[in-house]
Amino acid sequence: MTFDFWAVLAEWPLLLQGLAWTLGLTVVATLVGMAVGIGGAWARAWGPAPLRWAVGVYVELIRNTPFIVQLFFIFFGLPAAGVMLTPITASLIAMVLNLGAYATEIIRAGLQATPRGQMEAAVSLALSPAQVFWRVVLPPALKKVWPAMVSQIIIVMLGSAVCGQISVEELSYAANLIQSRNFRAFEAYIIATLAYLALAILARRLFNWLGPRFLFGK
Amino acid sequence: MTEFTSWDIVRNLLLAVRWTVVLSLIAFVGGSVVGAALLALRLRGGKVAQRCIGGYVQVFQGTPLLMQLFLGYFGLGLLGLDVSPWTAAALALTLYTSAYLTEIWRGCVASIPKGQWEASTSLALSFGEQMRHVILPQAVKIATAPTVGFLVQVIKGTALASVIGFVELTKAGSMIANVTFRPFTVFACVALFYFALCFPISLFAKTLERKTNVSRA
Repeated sequence: MTFDFWAVLAEWPLLLQGLAWTLGLTVVATLVGMAVGIGGAWARAWGPAPLRWAVGVYVELIRNTPFIVQLFFIFFGLPAAGVMLTPITASLIAMVLNLGAYATEIIRAGLQATPRGQMEAAVSLALSPAQVFWRVVLPPALKKVWPAMVSQIIIVMLGSAVCGQISVEELSYAANLIQSRNFRAFEAYIIATLAYLALAILARRLFNWLGPRFLFGK
Repeated sequence: MTEFTSWDIVRNLLLAVRWTVVLSLIAFVGGSVVGAALLALRLRGGKVAQRCIGGYVQVFQGTPLLMQLFLGYFGLGLLGLDVSPWTAAALALTLYTSAYLTEIWRGCVASIPKGQWEASTSLALSFGEQMRHVILPQAVKIATAPTVGFLVQVIKGTALASVIGFVELTKAGSMIANVTFRPFTVFACVALFYFALCFPISLFAKTLERKTNVSRA
């Protein structure tokens, strides 16, 4: 057998575009998903009982079903209920819901590890409940769970390869398209896979650098 | 034109569940065997073996399972083998599982205090005896909960085998949705079936975790 990696690399604009879509989806999903996770974690830890219960159901439903089924339900299932979505919107919703559920569990673990005395001290300094949450409780909680959070973000980024199945033109879709043009399937998937590996390694470094600087201090 | 009742949908999905279960079991059992072999190599082998296995773990954890499945499918074909989705899916999922399990178990073995190794070495136990009588009985206790938890990941991972044409729950769902024109019901059912498979296992893993923590505290 002979390999022809150049035949695939010659299509670099497609690969690059795919890479850009993968990154774009991941960035949006990370930002919104983390916000969902923070809200969900707050609700799970201190929300009123019905809300706590609802968030619990959401988290367990998402964590115990495959991402591809969530995506298909949103993209193919919801239009039957009258909600039409473009492939990109559907992918984003699926990624946000998915990351949001895992982030809820991860951040909640951090929140519940906060010593009670810290909250009491903050209250006794006349901070409002919102201030206590944002300035006293959340930053150290995020710091504690940041490695797990970063791993989860990377899992979601790698999971976005599935979005190519509903024709979002991300990296795996680009590899599919290229192999359908030149029949170099193995080479195309090797190159895409290496690109994902590089992305995963770089993303981990980037998040490890970003976290202490912008989210919770060293 | 045939009319499809809801019972038709559920019945056909139920029939497909067994392939999800079978594939999960193959991947989990195969992955455990390969993972255990890798773990032994990691503990016994030299620096080179350790680095290689570290790289292996990083590759499988740092790339999408979907790509691994595609590579299994087309890579085996390049070797001149006649690949069925069965072989490709079983191979890719086994390797994927082995990478995660070997990493989970390595962590568990590493959490055994060093004194246990030293004490058993000073009793002139061989590596095999050390493992069997001293290290594994303790490591297995710690490893059970995360291993059971990972089974959920494996079951969810098998859903991706649908993409290379393996007819399991998700693929059956897609096909049924196409003929019945009821994607909402079908995919909701598919999701519920996965939930019914995974949720009890998740709960079980959580219970085990609580038990381990209590016994260690």
